[in-house]
Amino acid sequence: MTITTLLLLAVGLALAGWLAARARAWSFQKADGARRLAARPQYHAWFVALWIILPVLLFIGLWSVISPQLVTQSVLASPAGQALPDFDLERTKLLNEARAVAEGSAIGVFNEGARPLIEPYRDALSRYQFIGLALTVIIALLAGMQAFLRLKPDFAARTKVEKIVMSVLILASLVAILTTLGIVVSLVFETFRFFEKISPIDFLFGTEWGPDPIASADNPDPSRYGAIPLFWGTIYIGAIIAMIVAIPLGLMSAIYLTQYASPKWRSWLKPTLEILAGVPTVVYGYFAALTVAPFIRDIARAAGVENASSESALAAGLVMGVMIIPFVSSMADDSIAAVPQSMRDGSLAMGATTSETIRRVLVPAALPGIVAGIMLAISRAIGETMIVVMAAGAAANLTANPLETMTTVTYQIVALLTGEGSFDHPATLAAFALGFVLFLVTLGLNFIALRVVKRFREAYE
Amino acid sequence: MVTRIHQNMEVRDAKMQARDVSVYYESKRAIDNVSIDIPNKLVTAFIGPSGCGKSTFLRTLNRMNDTIPSARVDGEITLDGENIYSPKIDVVQLRARVGMVFQKPNPFPKSIYENVAYGPRIHGFAEKKDDMDAVVEHSLKRAGLWEEVKDRLSDSGTALSGGQQQRLCIARAIAVDPEVILMDEPCSALDPIATAKIEELINDLADNYAIVIVTHSMQQAARVSQRTAFFHLGQMVEYGPTSDIFTNPLETRTKDYITGRYG
Repeated sequence: MTITTLLLLAVGLALAGWLAARARAWSFQKADGARRLAARPQYHAWFVALWIILPVLLFIGLWSVISPQLVTQSVLASPAGQALPDFDLERTKLLNEARAVAEGSAIGVFNEGARPLIEPYRDALSRYQFIGLALTVIIALLAGMQAFLRLKPDFAARTKVEKIVMSVLILASLVAILTTLGIVVSLVFETFRFFEKISPIDFLFGTEWGPDPIASADNPDPSRYGAIPLFWGTIYIGAIIAMIVAIPLGLMSAIYLTQYASPKWRSWLKPTLEILAGVPTVVYGYFAALTVAPFIRDIARAAGVENASSESALAAGLVMGVMIIPFVSSMADDSIAAVPQSMRDGSLAMGATTSETIRRVLVPAALPGIVAGIMLAISRAIGETMIVVMAAGAAANLTANPLETMTTVTYQIVALLTGEGSFDHPATLAAFALGFVLFLVTLGLNFIALRVVKRFREAYE
Repeated sequence: MVTRIHQNMEVRDAKMQARDVSVYYESKRAIDNVSIDIPNKLVTAFIGPSGCGKSTFLRTLNRMNDTIPSARVDGEITLDGENIYSPKIDVVQLRARVGMVFQKPNPFPKSIYENVAYGPRIHGFAEKKDDMDAVVEHSLKRAGLWEEVKDRLSDSGTALSGGQQQRLCIARAIAVDPEVILMDEPCSALDPIATAKIEELINDLADNYAIVIVTHSMQQAARVSQRTAFFHLGQMVEYGPTSDIFTNPLETRTKDYITGRYG
């Protein structure tokens, strides 16, 4: 008996409610054929079914969180549970073993100490499963009955269903918001732990990056935790080099597609361009590391740069720029195409050429969409990891020379979290601080972009 | 089918002449062999039921049909004797000489000033700020909008009322100093008061420009125009002085339309 069974039960009960309510609505109809119901029988049925399934789902959700704790508590309260050692890790291990056996997912216990716990576990599990089942049925019946009793010939079931649907949709959108909040909170927590060990000043303004996961965790060397080179690398690769590639190419291709291309050619070209967005970033990474980076190195050597390395910020940035062209072009394309034809006609009828019309009327009117696309692209580029790993290198250089190796925040986060340091070592915690600052930077960029757009947009309605 | 031309028309120099003009959308013929002289400094009205081709024909006069890829124009249209469909003609120059006002007011989402300055700026008519100010003021005055907007030239053009927006569009068209102004049902989106103002404006403008107006309203054609052409099913049925068309039509189709029997 698991959550799945409870869910199936809930669906079954809802179906029963649905059928009962429809039959009831039909009986209204039959009793007084001359009068019209306020809503079609299907809506009466849906009203009752929703009233059953939603409270039950809510309960199952809560129950799946609460019941394991209740089970554990009752096991601990049993005589065998009282005899458990106090030490946390040992205790958890024994409990887990006993639970696995009780649930049937393991055949026997390794640790003899867990054996006496199996029986109490079995008891508690079956007891709480029964309680869960009973509560599900009771809730479904109560909710179903109160909904069913409200059915009348003139009951406005249709508008009620509409309201329920709306609240479900609101809940769905809340999930995304709450998740974001949860991510931020968890980041903040770890970030504070990091800042207890390394001062934020050293972190934010230091220019040397080289955390040492082997060094003592208690007095780390703050001068090795300067994040400036990382943020510089991130911005240089993702927001400067990549944007120099992506903004002009993306905008120009959007303009060509909306204003010059014939419909047939456009129907070919646009999907092809959007394929770029579907290529896995690892593949771009290959391309950057194996094709573009050596090519740049050879050109640099031919141009007389002796020590040009085969990993460079330029290679990563160029490929990243190509990768995000579709983000820029597809948003720009949509927003330019959304500018009313009458604006275009108005400009052309004044004797403006197509390109003057684009520059002076279409692009200003489509600016919000264009900037939104660029911001999306920058966020993508800043968050991109794979291409950097493969093409830009790992050395944190603070330089403006695009031929040098460079590293980014995201790459370092991966390196720190998969590194050798223990979890509470500052070298590991630094990953959270980096993530948090990166999040703030992206948020700030979006905020500024919104303000800019508000200031300069030319609203056409 | 030959167009019936009223023979008692006072002879005027023709600003534009169309000869055997047909317009096709892909293979469908939207305009069938239309020939007409557009007199200078008069208002010519195109009337007819919806879908009769009057707007299509209007758009051939400044080659706005070029923006529709499937459209094709046969025949010859001249402006001051010069074929506007000849390869030598620069469409951009043509449209500066033959301006257009659309059915729905379409001011750019820019300030009132910038809306009017748009044309002069792209054509390089006024390089200095003072010159531009003068052009803007003059155009807004000609369009009868100056008094209403002179204190808020930097407000968005889209914030004006519908009638003001349409006059702004007329000011914008005048600002490039065209010779012909085409108006495609300029009042159809406006209330009666705004319509009256535009009609008055059309009367004033006729002193200087050749004006062609497409309209659904026969009363409007009667009020503002001196010449009227009646279109039906892609053909120009009848063309003559407005007063004659309305009081003494030669064709039964014209008569049926203006007496409200169809359309």
